[in-house]
Amino acid sequence: MIDYGKILPQKIVEIPKSGIRKYFDMITPDMKDVISLTVGQPDFVTPWHIREAGIQSLETGKTFYTANAGLEELRREINLYMSRRFALDYDPKSEIIVTVGGSEAIDIAMRATLDVGDEVIIPTPSFVCYEPLAKMVGATPVILETFFEDEFKINPDKLKSLITNKTKMIVLPFPNNPTGAIMTKEELEKISDIIKDTNIVILSDEIYAEMTYGTKHCSIATIEGMKERTIVVNGFSKAYAMTGWRLGWVCAPAPITEQMLKIHQYEIMSSPTTSQFAAISALRNGDDDIAYMTAEYDKRRTLIYNKLLEMGIESFEPKGAFYIFPKISQFGLSGEEFCSELLKRYHVAIVPGEAFGKCGEGFARISYAYSVHHITEGLDRMAQFINDIKNGKVK
Amino acid sequence: MENKLLTLLENDATLTPEQLSKMLDKEVGDIKKLILDYEKEGVILGYKTLVDWDKTSREYVTAIIEVKTTPQPERGFDRIAEKIYNYPEVESLYLISGGFDFAIVIQARTLREVALFVAEKLSPISHIQSTSTHFVLRRYKDKGVIYGAAPEVDEREIFGE
Repeated sequence: MIDYGKILPQKIVEIPKSGIRKYFDMITPDMKDVISLTVGQPDFVTPWHIREAGIQSLETGKTFYTANAGLEELRREINLYMSRRFALDYDPKSEIIVTVGGSEAIDIAMRATLDVGDEVIIPTPSFVCYEPLAKMVGATPVILETFFEDEFKINPDKLKSLITNKTKMIVLPFPNNPTGAIMTKEELEKISDIIKDTNIVILSDEIYAEMTYGTKHCSIATIEGMKERTIVVNGFSKAYAMTGWRLGWVCAPAPITEQMLKIHQYEIMSSPTTSQFAAISALRNGDDDIAYMTAEYDKRRTLIYNKLLEMGIESFEPKGAFYIFPKISQFGLSGEEFCSELLKRYHVAIVPGEAFGKCGEGFARISYAYSVHHITEGLDRMAQFINDIKNGKVK
Repeated sequence: MENKLLTLLENDATLTPEQLSKMLDKEVGDIKKLILDYEKEGVILGYKTLVDWDKTSREYVTAIIEVKTTPQPERGFDRIAEKIYNYPEVESLYLISGGFDFAIVIQARTLREVALFVAEKLSPISHIQSTSTHFVLRRYKDKGVIYGAAPEVDEREIFGE
């Protein structure tokens, strides 16, 4: 009999499963009224003109592979979009690759730049993929913790102290999942001052760039001297409600793009063609869709923030993405206990903060990619749960 | 603020003042007062429920009637409109541009009721020249809501990145 223990590489086996899905098993079939506030994807359906463009591409038989880097027309639209929305200019021919979601973009960015033993500075709490992907290429993740008191922004002094001669990459996950934090131009300038004379690459994950509230997203690549060392990751999933289409893109200086393209070429060939045709319509005609959906998220964000305040739960008021990261440490339960008891007693699912890094302990992620009534019901149940805790009914 | 509140209520009249106050970052009392003022001023005219009667046993028929008139010299179209819209079976009435002057949407129980409405109530109104009645075969979308589609189900995974 085959001994899987001998064939599976330790490097992979040791990587834990995503903590976001940890409680999935707790949901039993008899829990019919579960209010989930966990998901990281829009509740909107992809706007019709985008779906129609995908359908039309199928009807007209566009079922071939595209160029490895993606349809040239789409890359041109990405270039126009990036300059229109974020004042960034990338050459469609040599600096843009259409990827299978932002996730692939992050993966090829790391694989194209990191060697075994290189250090990658990863701010946490943040999305769950950076650390595992860095480890898979043999790089060493160096965690930079961010704090509620600093609005979950990167502290430049802290960053400076973590940089060694092995540091190859800094991940910039802003607007941030799960905290909703953003970094302003002035704050990014401080980061750029630290690294401008080094050989450190920035991986700027800007998948939530369109979802900011009150301020416009600023890409670090727009800061003088930063474009040459920045890999910008973006995608269609969040801004256009296109998660299932699996489409994103990566922009980087040509020498890096050239290497990323080889990895993409051999592992993916080309991103889904139907999705690429749909995406052209998204970029060309979708600015109003973004405005509409962002305005909807903003109302829910305000609702959820105010409701938590009323419940006596302190949160950083999110400035981006569609999550809020309330502080739950005051209730004397660990994040995991809080979330599993809440699910067991009141059938409300939220994600414990530690799923996004150790410093997320004491917090929980609540997604507001849900209808107002759904959010209200979930939070009303959470309020009852908190009453239970206060009345000593929990533990 | 004004448009935000009205838009929210136009899309979903079941939002409570508590929910609205938190969404718009205002005091509950202020929201209640605003709504009351809108109701008094006739900006908010009422609250109704969208019902897909096709999913019930109720028998009904909807017709769109185009009406051509000769407007009265003094009172234009308003007097004729008034005579039409006061019939309770008239669901909507619009003054329109083009080959006809009015479009009426009427709901009745049977075809015969529609016929009687046209023959006995509508046609005798003075200054009405001619009418053209179209029966609705199927309602696909009304007030921004799609009819006949399967109810929306959240098919996203309960836990997800």
